[in-house]
Amino acid sequence: MIPPKFDYHAPKSVAEAVALLGSLGSEAKLLAGGHSLLPMMKLRFAQPAHLVDLNGIADLRGICLDGDTVVIGAMTVENDLIASDLLRERVPLLGEAARLIADPQVRNRGTIGGDIAHGDPGNDHPALSLVLDAQFVLQGPNGRRTVAANGFFLGTYMTQLEESEVMVAIRVPSFAKGTGWAYEKLKRKTGDWATAGCAVVLRQSGGVVTHIRIGLTNLAQTALRAEEAEQCLLNQPFNEAAVKRAVAAAMAITDPAEDLRGDPEYKRAMAGVMVQRALNNAWARSA
Amino acid sequence: MSAVIQTPEDREASLAGIGVSRLRKEDARFIQGKGNYVDDIKMPGMLHMDIVRSPIAHGRIKRINKEAALAIPGVRAVLTAEDLKPLKLHWMPTLAGDVAAVLADEKVHFQMQEVAVVIADDRYIAADGVEAVEVEYEELPVVIDPYAALAADAPVLREDLAGKTAGAHGPRDHHNHIFTWEAGDRSAADAAFAAAPIKVEQHMHYPRVHPCPLETCGCVASFDPIRGDLTTYITSQAPHVVRTVVSMLSGIPESKVRIVSPDIGGGFGNKVGIYPGYVCAIVSSIVLGRPVKWVEDRIENISSTAFARDYHMDGELAATEDGKILGLRVNVLADHGAFDACADPTKFPAGLFHICSGSYDIGAAHCSVKGVYTNKAPGGVAYRCSFRVTEAVYLIERMVDVLAQRLNIDKAEIRRRNFIRKEQFPYTSPFGFEYDSGDYHTALQKALDALDYPALRAEQAAKRADPNSPTLMGIGLVSFTEVVGAGPSKMCDILGVGMFDSCEIRIHPTGSAIARMGTITQGQGHQTTYAQIIATELGIPSEVIQVEEGDTSTAPYGLGTYGSRSTPVAGAAIAMAARKIHAKARKIAAHMLEVSEADLDWEVDRFKVRGDDSRFKTMADVAWQSYHQPPAGLEPGLEAVHYYDPPNFTYPFGIYLCVVDIDRATGESKVRRFYALDDCGTRINPMIIEGQIHGGLTEGFAVAMGQQMPFDAQGNLLGNTLMDYFLPTAVETPKWETDYTVTPSPHHPLGAKGVAESPHVGSIPTFTSAVVDAFAHVGVTHLDMPHTSFRVWQALRDHGLAL
Repeated sequence: MIPPKFDYHAPKSVAEAVALLGSLGSEAKLLAGGHSLLPMMKLRFAQPAHLVDLNGIADLRGICLDGDTVVIGAMTVENDLIASDLLRERVPLLGEAARLIADPQVRNRGTIGGDIAHGDPGNDHPALSLVLDAQFVLQGPNGRRTVAANGFFLGTYMTQLEESEVMVAIRVPSFAKGTGWAYEKLKRKTGDWATAGCAVVLRQSGGVVTHIRIGLTNLAQTALRAEEAEQCLLNQPFNEAAVKRAVAAAMAITDPAEDLRGDPEYKRAMAGVMVQRALNNAWARSA
Repeated sequence: MSAVIQTPEDREASLAGIGVSRLRKEDARFIQGKGNYVDDIKMPGMLHMDIVRSPIAHGRIKRINKEAALAIPGVRAVLTAEDLKPLKLHWMPTLAGDVAAVLADEKVHFQMQEVAVVIADDRYIAADGVEAVEVEYEELPVVIDPYAALAADAPVLREDLAGKTAGAHGPRDHHNHIFTWEAGDRSAADAAFAAAPIKVEQHMHYPRVHPCPLETCGCVASFDPIRGDLTTYITSQAPHVVRTVVSMLSGIPESKVRIVSPDIGGGFGNKVGIYPGYVCAIVSSIVLGRPVKWVEDRIENISSTAFARDYHMDGELAATEDGKILGLRVNVLADHGAFDACADPTKFPAGLFHICSGSYDIGAAHCSVKGVYTNKAPGGVAYRCSFRVTEAVYLIERMVDVLAQRLNIDKAEIRRRNFIRKEQFPYTSPFGFEYDSGDYHTALQKALDALDYPALRAEQAAKRADPNSPTLMGIGLVSFTEVVGAGPSKMCDILGVGMFDSCEIRIHPTGSAIARMGTITQGQGHQTTYAQIIATELGIPSEVIQVEEGDTSTAPYGLGTYGSRSTPVAGAAIAMAARKIHAKARKIAAHMLEVSEADLDWEVDRFKVRGDDSRFKTMADVAWQSYHQPPAGLEPGLEAVHYYDPPNFTYPFGIYLCVVDIDRATGESKVRRFYALDDCGTRINPMIIEGQIHGGLTEGFAVAMGQQMPFDAQGNLLGNTLMDYFLPTAVETPKWETDYTVTPSPHHPLGAKGVAESPHVGSIPTFTSAVVDAFAHVGVTHLDMPHTSFRVWQALRDHGLAL
């Protein structure tokens, strides 16, 4: 990387990081895993005067339980999600999906908080956090606040996170017994973003869907929650016709951009395939 | 007293010579991070260079303002074409007889073209300087489609060639036309077509791809103003040719130019040519009197250094109703980009494309290749293949499949009917190549048996009969013949230098040896395999033979490593140099044993007196004697040099089979099996051969399934990073099954033919053959590469097969 000159700051606490953001203003960028920011700096598309590196803040790492809610430090790296027994037991979707993110080297550095806060629709955690009913803990000059994943993502690289705030933790309710889950991601190769991705969490009672969340990755300006598609299944018997309606409803809200992965027609079709596969897999795992 | 008596077999094993899977001597340093690549080289006082590049594909340079860049502390110089003009270095000759801009002279011809260079105290300041150079362009209409380039009213791309009605390869009939080159017999081919009952034709595009070696290109140029000599460490597959070119361009005597190719991180044809970055670094070092380093980044490598392929091909076959091929006609439109910078032997502007009659006995054939300019980066190099052989093999293998489909003959059977038969070798092709040896029928049968081909066909038929099958199954088959080992100097030269290669061997007094060659390894394992050749020829253990290449001040002149020429040409030179030493050693041994030379037998590592096993002299004994007290009339010492001018090319061949399962919902192609049978003649190190084949198959998989360099209408290259440009990892790479037959080359001293490029050349059409085969039942005869999920899904959709 041959970036222009910048100043490097390594705060030891969240308070110190927030204070730095306050004093340095919009010239400062937070550095988490760096897998989005550093390539931009390498290309000189991003030229921050100050980097505030969060990697030295021990409080931001780790996974613990708060009642029935799993609390994940924002600087927890993907490989730690994969390795976590607590997650495997409480929210198995997260570790499973993290295996589909980038490659092992990237997963050693890439963080869940960075992945969410960047607001890139190609990132995987936004759609995952939508289907998990996650909440984000944000700390700013006026203290902490908690916001829901649903509604957090405003547009490409735009979220409810203020310039003066640091994402501290991600709070995820434990899966109820019998919850089914799946993350289906079509990609060209290891390390690629999704051509289309779909996350599903559902519960059933006697063959009828009692809870359902459908999230879509890289199919619009932001990660999407496919609420109309959910409605096609909620309180309905799970069958081929219902799935077909849900798939059509999910495809209808996509607005994919053309790139080398494919044109909008292909991506929309793949959205349908991923939704269908994720629904069927999640259903098969539910009880 | 009684030493363990070693059998000849024991002694032979201790040599680790030809045929032994000796572990690679190179790996110890590479896996410990102790390699020495160009970017590892640091010299006292070294400056750093970075390049200002054009953001647009075609335009006139109105103004360049260096002031802001020069004002940055630490920026030492900013050079543009204006600065190079007095030295006549703003343009340079290409290997293909054209000229290429070193720094854009009044016009830019492709996106990312070199416009100016900044030399600074460190790499960061150099990049800051690049950002500060202001260039004002007037945009010109862009030509991306090579067919559109030939329209009467197409924009003139090369204003510097205005009025030139002939190029290096004959007349030009249009301002964007470079050459038209033909081979074969047009009238004979036309006659065959006129008389044939069956004719098939197919258009196909072999897309523009990039060799994308792991190490990008770069150099450290160091001119010593006191001594007047120039040393350049450079990522080159052909350091000796670079020295000649640098001397010619700079006027520095060749004796004062030293070119060193240190460890090279892959070349694949990308490191054969001379790039503007090299020239500018050398000029900068001469001007500033300090070493200058330039190393490009990945985007620069993919965007501006030599691409490969980009052939738009029309093939036609004429045949009898039972599938006997009577004639072949091929027309190619070759997109060469802004400058004709192909790296081919001088006389062959389309390389050895006329190997396109393949493994088949075809009575009459003709091919024509037309090269054109477009607003894309120059290149057209041999990406892990002999010159344009990949394109040729793709063409003929696809055409044979098309014919098989037309006649409803199995594609294995149609090959059997058309193969050159074993007893026809040496076989002269309709294009005049003399194939040295081959046994195609035996190899094909071995391959079909290995995969139980009939069972695969039965499984495919069952899948086709099931409308709900989630996958389509395709079986690919290719039977390729390559032409490698360029080449006989009567046919092949680079800038007038014949394409021989060389070896110098010195046996030291205590029986160890050093050997130097004109080639340069870039991962091929020369240090390992070359020593094995000498070990077998001279009876000295491989372990004590030091192999050095790449330094023009010590190695004998050679044309370098590309086109699978190292073993066919340098390998032969090694054997011949060793045999000269062997002949002298025999004289010395005869003297030592007081017998006549005719009374000596050679056995593994020693000369024995015939009939008396107790009287012998080993090569080590002879070496000592040669330095200690040589026989009267013989020079002291034991060394030899050989320059080998091959009498012919070599013709490796292979049979490849591939089974793919295509997901009807997503278009993803999963390679279920890939079987590669290669015949490269004598096998020097089977382990290295297998590694070469794995690497070549993986690169072939990359080309067929994902690599592409698409441009938009403005000439922007879409996908110039490894996020888009497909370099498969271990996760994507299929499992490879390798096999072999051995048909030695009759004219090569060792019988070896070269192997590293066969798997690339052979696998690419095999993947296409498999993917197309999955659609054959709905009448599809061809699908262009790359077979990405997106493109395959479009075919599924178009034929009503998508789920």
